[in-house]
Amino acid sequence: MSAPRPPLRLAVALDAPPGSGAPVPYDARHFVALARLAERGGLDFVTLGDSFARPGLDASAVLARVAPATEHLGLVPTVTTTHTEPFHVSTAVATLDWVSRGRAGWAVAVSTTEADAALFGRRPAAPPAEVWQEAGEVADVVARLWDSWEDDAEIRDRASGRFIDRDKVHHVDFTGSSFTVRGPSIVPRPPQGRPVTLVEVPPAAGPADAPGAGDTADVSDRAVREVAAAHADVALVRADDPQTAGAALAELLARARALGRDPDLLLVLASLPVELAGPADAAGLAELLADWYAAGAADGFHLRPADPAHDLALLVDGTVPALRDRGLRRPGRPGGTLRDHLGLPRPASRYAHA
Amino acid sequence: MSPTSPTPPPRKQIHLAAHFPGVNNTTVWADPGSGSHIAFPSFAHLARTAERGLFDFFFLAEGLRLREHKGRIHDLDVVGRPESLTVLSALAAVTERLGLAATVSATFNEPYELARRLASLDHLSGGRAAWNVVTTSDAFTGENFRRGGYLDRADRYTRAAEFVATARELWDSWTADGQPRPIAHQGEHFTVRGEFTVPRSPQGHPVVIQAGDSPEGREFAASAADVIFTRHSGAEAGRAFYADVKGRLARYGRRPGDLKIMPGVTFVLGDTAAEAQEHAAEIRRRQVSPQQALLALEQVWGVDLSAYDPDGPLPDIDPDPHGELAQGRVRIADPKAVADKWRALSRAKGLSIRETVIETTGRQSFVGTAQDVAARMDAFVQTDAADGFILVPHLTPGGLDPFVDRVVPLLQERGVFRTAYSGSTLRSHLGLPEPARTGGRGGRP
Repeated sequence: MSAPRPPLRLAVALDAPPGSGAPVPYDARHFVALARLAERGGLDFVTLGDSFARPGLDASAVLARVAPATEHLGLVPTVTTTHTEPFHVSTAVATLDWVSRGRAGWAVAVSTTEADAALFGRRPAAPPAEVWQEAGEVADVVARLWDSWEDDAEIRDRASGRFIDRDKVHHVDFTGSSFTVRGPSIVPRPPQGRPVTLVEVPPAAGPADAPGAGDTADVSDRAVREVAAAHADVALVRADDPQTAGAALAELLARARALGRDPDLLLVLASLPVELAGPADAAGLAELLADWYAAGAADGFHLRPADPAHDLALLVDGTVPALRDRGLRRPGRPGGTLRDHLGLPRPASRYAHA
Repeated sequence: MSPTSPTPPPRKQIHLAAHFPGVNNTTVWADPGSGSHIAFPSFAHLARTAERGLFDFFFLAEGLRLREHKGRIHDLDVVGRPESLTVLSALAAVTERLGLAATVSATFNEPYELARRLASLDHLSGGRAAWNVVTTSDAFTGENFRRGGYLDRADRYTRAAEFVATARELWDSWTADGQPRPIAHQGEHFTVRGEFTVPRSPQGHPVVIQAGDSPEGREFAASAADVIFTRHSGAEAGRAFYADVKGRLARYGRRPGDLKIMPGVTFVLGDTAAEAQEHAAEIRRRQVSPQQALLALEQVWGVDLSAYDPDGPLPDIDPDPHGELAQGRVRIADPKAVADKWRALSRAKGLSIRETVIETTGRQSFVGTAQDVAARMDAFVQTDAADGFILVPHLTPGGLDPFVDRVVPLLQERGVFRTAYSGSTLRSHLGLPEPARTGGRGGRP
């Protein structure tokens, strides 16, 4: 007999989809109210999208503002890797983990537009395959920087006068295709060891050597999936049906396995747009999610409400209780950190001596 | 009051800010009352204490590379700190009025991204954000960044000045009726084209702080800063600095009140003057452990002195002018002169290595009873040695509590410190006007 499946993971996007016409919020109260609602519903985490050329506040600042106003909710801002400094990305996400006591993640994103490039004026826009390859390097060095302080590096030894044991703080000496980072981090290892890394992957999952694999789109899609398979704790897949989602899941796990990763350490969530007219829709959504989950299409779901302020209340009061009734969501929380919510172990520092 | 009695001039109001301490040997981590320098409750405690004391702002320094000594990571001081803007965004949730100031290097950031992050903090805090603009001097720090190494001194300041000007172009780019206007900045260091994604905040835009004392730094502050964070905590040096910097403002069409001068200072309180002095001496001893004393010596001499006894005499050998033991610290300009001075002091007073270091590096600005400290701070400000102070406690996170409990009420009694916040933005605390919208392209007539 197989072990019982873990509860399905459930997350929601706090930002309205681009082009929805909703007014752009700049007030902290808006985000705090939504996050508290999500927390009341027992969701595992919220995401907040970001890009440099779209109206709105810096997502990671917003979720840092939300952190002390919430207690349990995982907080996952989008952080781009193309025009930013990998060192700064690493310290900002680590700090979000510190201020939220272990509830931080980040969704890796890239900038491919000329509009974004012009705001920085430092280098021209590059093709997606290229910036995604760089994003993978950034995810790699960011995790190394998180590991660069072993957990017990701070010793405060009065006898020897030493505040840290410097043998437990490590240079990372990372060389990527477009940057180098000497390290170590300036921020001690965050509470989760490594905050949770998310990558959103495109749904189409053709074999790498299939005809047409040389297309730009396929090359870049493959680059995204490589990054997810190599570095993500959670992959988000946009799919219209459980077959497509399930195929993407199988493919991602196969790639992760081929890279030598334990596939149990990569969760795949189906990312679905939702628009709920009322309680009946919310209950219907629960049924749909249960069916997809039963079909093995995903480890859980990332829901993207058309109007978060409206739809989130229906999700929390309608969909979540219906999932609980089916035994697919537990009533309490198993631990304090986002990794605990997701059932992902806390990784050891790669630099720690056995 | 008789109608002929002259009205006394209004007393200058003191501005106060709190610096979260760490990452140097002034922070006494070995004290039993010392808490975490990383966990959020420490930051929340100091910020709430500062807000309870009606301070203008809370100040965070920046670290971009762990210091090294003899090629190894420096292990004696508090090391490690979180990223400033993220901590301050979180502190905006647990404070209501307190200004929130982040130190961020203009050398290893890009204007669009940093302007956006600062503007985000300004909105999320309801108009309480400040940016302490610093430049970074060394290739050692550069090894953590894409652009790598080094800018020479002049380039660092032209880059910083253009950085601030570009950030202000972005912050000012929305019209009064809430529409973004595209900017097209083309300068020596930056090319920025496009629309800013964040409107003006409740205080117009973030307050700009400058730290640094070089002629370039003073000029930059006079042209571009709202607050200058100085090291001149002595009255005479303070007055000279104050007169010099305020005198530079007119050249930029600014008035003396447009730039607040705030030295970083420490304080030690006691119930009597003698008790305060004793406590201060004890703190200095704790700041300079035997290991710290040898380290301080090695930083001057530039050579390994680990064989010396910290309780013994200073070395007879001269410093190696090319010795480069320490990285990530400001270089000492003339090591031989410093060594000679230290040796002369040691001989004259019969001081050991450790005692000499305590004597030469101890920086305690205000030591005394609460009454003494309040009176001296007041006199300091009334005689134009400063507009206020950035207080650096020795202890985290509770080091500011005694000041707020004991000195602030006395400053209020003297009529030189607020008894309530009159506004909600940092600019209103500092008495700075909301900045005018610059630039006319696409603006309203």
